Amino acid sequence: MQQEIQRRKLLTRRAAVLALGQATLVAGLAGRMYQLQILDAAGYKVLADENRISMRLLAPPRGRILDRFGVALAGNRQNYRLVIVAEQAGDLAKTLDALARLIALDDETRHRVLHEVRRKHSFVPVVVRDNLSWDEMARVEVAIPELPGVSIEQGLTRNYPFGETLAHILGYVGAVSERELGSDPLLELPDFRVGKSGIEKSRDLELRGHAGNRQVEVNALGRVVRELGRTEPTPGRDVVSALDMTMQDFVTRRCSSEESIACVALDAVTGEVIALVSSPSFDPAAFSSRLSRAMWQQLATDPRKPLSNKVISGIYPPGSTFKPVVALAALEAGVLTPQTTFFCPGSFTLGNATFHCWKHGGHGTLRVRDAIKESCDVFFYNTALRLGIDRLAATARQFGYGAVLGLDIPGERPGLIPTRAWKLATTGTPWQHGETLIAGIGQGSVLATPLQIAVMAARLVTGLTVVPRLVRDNGVMAAGEDPAAPDFAPLDFNPTLRALVMDGMNAVVNERGGTAYAARIAEPGMAMGGKSGTSQVRRISEAEREHGLRKPNQIPWKDRDHALFVGFAPVEAPRYVCATLVEHGGFGSEVAGPIVRDVLLEIQRRDPGRRAPDANSVAAFAAPPAPSRNVGG
Amino acid sequence: MANPLPEIGRREQTLLEKARSISWGLVALICLVAVFGVGVLYSAADGNMEPWATKQTIRFVISLMIMLACALLDIRYWFRAAYWIYTAVLALVVAVDLRGFVGMGAQRWIDLGVIQLQPSELMNVALVLALARYFHGLANEDLGRIRYLVAPAVMVLLPAALVLKQPDLGTAIVLLLCSAALFFVAGVRLRLLTLIGAAAGAAIPLAWRFLRDYQKNRIYTFLDPDSDPLGAGYHILQSKIALGSGGLFGKGFLLGTQSHLNFLPEKQTDFIFTTLAEEFGFIGSMVLLAIYSLIIAYCFAIALRSTNHFGRLVGLGIATNFFLYVFINTAMVIGVIPVVGVPLPLISYGGTAMLAAMFGFGLLVNVCVHREVRLNRSGESQL
Repeated sequence: MQQEIQRRKLLTRRAAVLALGQATLVAGLAGRMYQLQILDAAGYKVLADENRISMRLLAPPRGRILDRFGVALAGNRQNYRLVIVAEQAGDLAKTLDALARLIALDDETRHRVLHEVRRKHSFVPVVVRDNLSWDEMARVEVAIPELPGVSIEQGLTRNYPFGETLAHILGYVGAVSERELGSDPLLELPDFRVGKSGIEKSRDLELRGHAGNRQVEVNALGRVVRELGRTEPTPGRDVVSALDMTMQDFVTRRCSSEESIACVALDAVTGEVIALVSSPSFDPAAFSSRLSRAMWQQLATDPRKPLSNKVISGIYPPGSTFKPVVALAALEAGVLTPQTTFFCPGSFTLGNATFHCWKHGGHGTLRVRDAIKESCDVFFYNTALRLGIDRLAATARQFGYGAVLGLDIPGERPGLIPTRAWKLATTGTPWQHGETLIAGIGQGSVLATPLQIAVMAARLVTGLTVVPRLVRDNGVMAAGEDPAAPDFAPLDFNPTLRALVMDGMNAVVNERGGTAYAARIAEPGMAMGGKSGTSQVRRISEAEREHGLRKPNQIPWKDRDHALFVGFAPVEAPRYVCATLVEHGGFGSEVAGPIVRDVLLEIQRRDPGRRAPDANSVAAFAAPPAPSRNVGG
Repeated sequence: MANPLPEIGRREQTLLEKARSISWGLVALICLVAVFGVGVLYSAADGNMEPWATKQTIRFVISLMIMLACALLDIRYWFRAAYWIYTAVLALVVAVDLRGFVGMGAQRWIDLGVIQLQPSELMNVALVLALARYFHGLANEDLGRIRYLVAPAVMVLLPAALVLKQPDLGTAIVLLLCSAALFFVAGVRLRLLTLIGAAAGAAIPLAWRFLRDYQKNRIYTFLDPDSDPLGAGYHILQSKIALGSGGLFGKGFLLGTQSHLNFLPEKQTDFIFTTLAEEFGFIGSMVLLAIYSLIIAYCFAIALRSTNHFGRLVGLGIATNFFLYVFINTAMVIGVIPVVGVPLPLISYGGTAMLAAMFGFGLLVNVCVHREVRLNRSGESQL
């Protein structure tokens, strides 16, 4: 009994200690609750709201790209996507079976859908088919009541109605790369596309627009419970290009006879690029979606370089098209007068080296005008030798050679105009006189893009530092508008001498004996002047010269000469210039000349630099309007 | 076995007398908490009785009847059955390891057809019974002898190890702490307790190796909850946001944003206190804590008034067990201790937890009803 009392006393004492301990811990809990719910409550309220409200970005529709008269060259097409929400679908396999009876649905798609459904939350829509045709969509729409969980969503995809024709100018859009991520939150949207090349890239910011947003209440799984507020996105602005789509189309068709060609037509007064073709080309739509590896391989390894815009990125020896520059430089420098004569025996000897003229028998004695007309190499060997490479280079630079011109799409290459200093710096060996000789006929180290050759012609005929451009900042050209030319800086050339060179180029085409007489324009008032060029890809050996030159079709394609021609029209008051380079095409006057003739004739008839066509002919070119309809979903 | 009992001015209580001496105040408090719980479950289901509130109500009513039945059974019956119950529950815990299926990544459940039983929850009550019986039979002087503590230590460590292996860290901790408290109040000499404590401390690194990776992560997370807000620290961070944003008065019944938008994990089970505290604020959580404290105080009072040592130990054991559940759960959701996964008694959705808690209270009320019954060392009445 005594023990029982003792034991109870001990227990009571220790129970009191236990109770005290427990009370202390509960008090601690209460204190912590006080801190959380009273002292720190404000901070946690902010966090709770952040949890609850989610900002969803709304992507703006991308601006269109128009031609100078308003024809849409790049736009957005409604893209109808078939999506399925697993939690509403019930028996997914049965629903897919039902769908397969309406539209084509292969096994691969079925597997992908079933796989994605398992991986995602059941309320997240899974795309079954992209790019539904109008017909397919109609069939599904009608059957929607029997297809639980199935709906049709619409999105926008970039659309290039003219496809390959404009791929090098407009470029294409693609998914945002790591490097392109910037401050614009739009770039982080998973489906967002940015310009990757061409105008799409250079004018991306204008075309892109500004994000809108949607404030939504979401739960922890990200399911939207309701929308709380909405700011609409600002659509991207339309960009007006200088192109005339009718001319572009004409030039494309005219160039289609050649395997690999670059052709550009400018308004010499405004510098606007009216047409620009680099062929072969590629389908820009293929880049907007996913490009297959095989297709990429094929595009990247094609020797005709379909991915390259040869007008601005291809660099070639300008050949004889360079001779007007040499002539003007020599005349300006005073080493040549209009009356100076040189004798051409068919070759020129410097030291122990012999430099040939293209004409085996030689041209005899001739002045500068006829030297241009007949493209006498020996005359220009003499001229270049007297002028010297550095003075030639200075003039060439004034014409736009040797540096990028600043065209408003990416990818321009500067080409090369050699000087003594350049040679010493890059090779460590001094300049040789022989090199001056071949530079005088646009060969050797001299490299230029077709655009530079066209700009050379524009600067020659206007006497102004014409800068080419692809985008018009003054919007779509209205009917009857004759836009004022931009203020180009005048070039420091004697107009009389400039006229003499132009006269030589007139003679090339319009006088019997000129190298391109066969390519003259007969239409009154529309005659062109120009200069042909045939630039050598491969050195011709003495042995070959002994045995007689081979015919072009006996030489492998990649070893054949490039055919060039640059022309301006009308010859009395030049407005348009056109430069064409046919890669490995053969003789410039025979291959490139007729193309330039046809382009310049057509462009004068249309006169897109001064005259807007009537509305009907523009509408005829517009792409068929995309079907617009609200699709329930 | 029960011999006719000698009576000295006392006699056996009739059933009616027993019913009258039930501590109805305690029963009322328990019902109050349960009603609170059903309300929170109703809110957690966005204002629906389904899927939790109805089922929980039914479970509570059944458990209440079981509790009253337990209260009215003779205390001597419980005394004699204590080891059998312990053995049976231990067998169930072993069975979970053998036959149980994997639920929530842990083997805790055994499917009895009618209900899915979580034996580890019952183990708490069974262990209290067994330890109370053991210490009841121990003489004062034996409490200072280490060899008499081997048997109860095995009784504790065996189920604790099994439960830890399931793995159910929370329940294992409750088992150990509750037993430690019983050792303490039973009168085990302090120097021995210190010795046991030191041994337990030495065993912690060993136990660490038993823990699964996710359990270790929870402890790391507890030490630095902001280190991985979307991973293991997510639960605790979201829980604190919900609690804190409740403020003084709360967002109002059915108006909690965090729980209704599913930012809270396990909002109907382990994290239900957060749901409650978000909607009812500081005032609501303090009221609940006060009711819990009142229940525990009631338990202590009942235990200390009992004239038999067995009853006192059972009462204090059940009280401490209940306290531990309340404390660990609450401390866990407010980020004071690591997330170990124990339910909030009487409120969290779950059948076995409700049954175990009510079974414990049944024994406690039993102690209250039979406070005048005296038991000798072997469980015979000594009046």
